[in-house]
Amino acid sequence: MVSAITWLLVFQLAGEILARGLSLTVPGPVLGMILLFLTLALRGGPSEEFRTTSQGLLQHLSLLFVPAGTGILLHLHRVADEWVALLVSLVAGTLATLAVTAWTMKFVQSRTGDGGGRGPPA
Amino acid sequence: MEAAVAPRLDALWVYLAASPLLWLAVTLVAYQLAFHVYERCGRNPLANPVLLSITFLVALLSATGTSYQTYFDGAQFVHFLLGPATVALAVPLYAQLRRVRSMILPVVAGLVAGSLTAALTAVAIARVLGASLPTQLSLAPKSVTTPIAMGIAEHIGGIPSLTAVLVILTGIVGAISARTLFDAMKIRDPAIRGFAVGVASHGIGTARAFQVSEEAGAFAALAMGLNGALTPLFLPTLVRWLV
Repeated sequence: MVSAITWLLVFQLAGEILARGLSLTVPGPVLGMILLFLTLALRGGPSEEFRTTSQGLLQHLSLLFVPAGTGILLHLHRVADEWVALLVSLVAGTLATLAVTAWTMKFVQSRTGDGGGRGPPA
Repeated sequence: MEAAVAPRLDALWVYLAASPLLWLAVTLVAYQLAFHVYERCGRNPLANPVLLSITFLVALLSATGTSYQTYFDGAQFVHFLLGPATVALAVPLYAQLRRVRSMILPVVAGLVAGSLTAALTAVAIARVLGASLPTQLSLAPKSVTTPIAMGIAEHIGGIPSLTAVLVILTGIVGAISARTLFDAMKIRDPAIRGFAVGVASHGIGTARAFQVSEEAGAFAALAMGLNGALTPLFLPTLVRWLV
C-alpha cells in the first residue's frame, strides 16, 4: 500500500512539475493521470497491489468532494442572487449534453457499423 | 456544579476549535451518517451522500459560528487526497482499454460532441439569464469530475469551491434524468447510455450506471476519465474565445 501511494504521489508531483515548468493549461494531477496511463500501457497493466490501492481510493472518491463542496458556505449570497440562472443552466445543460452525446454515438455507429458486433478495424 | 462545568466546557471548546482534529473527524462522521441515510433510501440519487454531508456541515458551521477557513484547516487532509485520486483514475481507464477498441469511432465522436456541448450550454444559458462572469466561468467545467473541474475553474478565473458544488449538482441531475431521457430517445445500447451519462455527469452518473449494468458502468467510467483528460485541453482556449 505504501509503495502504491508513493507512486501515485510521485506521478502527481511529476504532473505538477511538468504543468508548471511548461506553463500548461492542464492541471498537474491530470498530467499525472496521463503519465500513469502511458506507464501502465508500456508495462502491460498495474500490479495487484497498485490496483487494489487505487480501487480503495476511488471507492471513497465522493468523500473527497465534501471539504471543497462545503465551501458553498462562502458563496451563499451568490447562489441566492443567481439561483435561476444556475438551476436552468445545470438542468438544461446536462440534459442537452446527455442527448447530444448519445445521439452522436448512435449516428456514428449507424454510419460506420462500429461496435455492431464486429471486431476492431485491424 | 453547573457553574464549574461551564468554564471547563469553554476551555475544551477553545482547544477543539483550534485543532484540526475536530473538523477532520466531523467531516468523516458527517459522510458516514449521510451514506447511511443514502443506503436506507435505497440509494435514491436524490439522497446523494455528498449533498447531504455538505448540507449538514454548512448548517453546523453556521450554527457554531465557525469560519470556512477554520473548518478547512482540519478538512484539508481529506481534500488533499483528490490529487492522488485523480492520478489513480488511470487504473480503471486502462482496464477499459480493450472494450472500447471495438467502438472507437462512436466513442471519440460522442466524447468531443458531448464535452463541447457541456461547456457551451452551461456558459451560454447562464449568460443569457444574466449570471455574472465568475458564475459563468465556475459553471463551464461542470460536467468534469470534481478534482479536475476545480483545477480548471481556478485556471480560467472561476470560483473552485462554487464549481465543486455545481459539479456535484450536475451529477445528481444526470443520474436522476438519464433513464427517462434515453427511453424517450429510444437509445437502448447500454454502452451508449453509460458513456453519455459519464460524459454529462462524471462520477455520480458513473455510480448510477454501475447500478444498471456492468457494461453501462464500464463505459461511464471510461467517459468520465476521457472527459476529464479532454476538457482541460480545450476549455481555457474556448473560454478566452467566448468571454
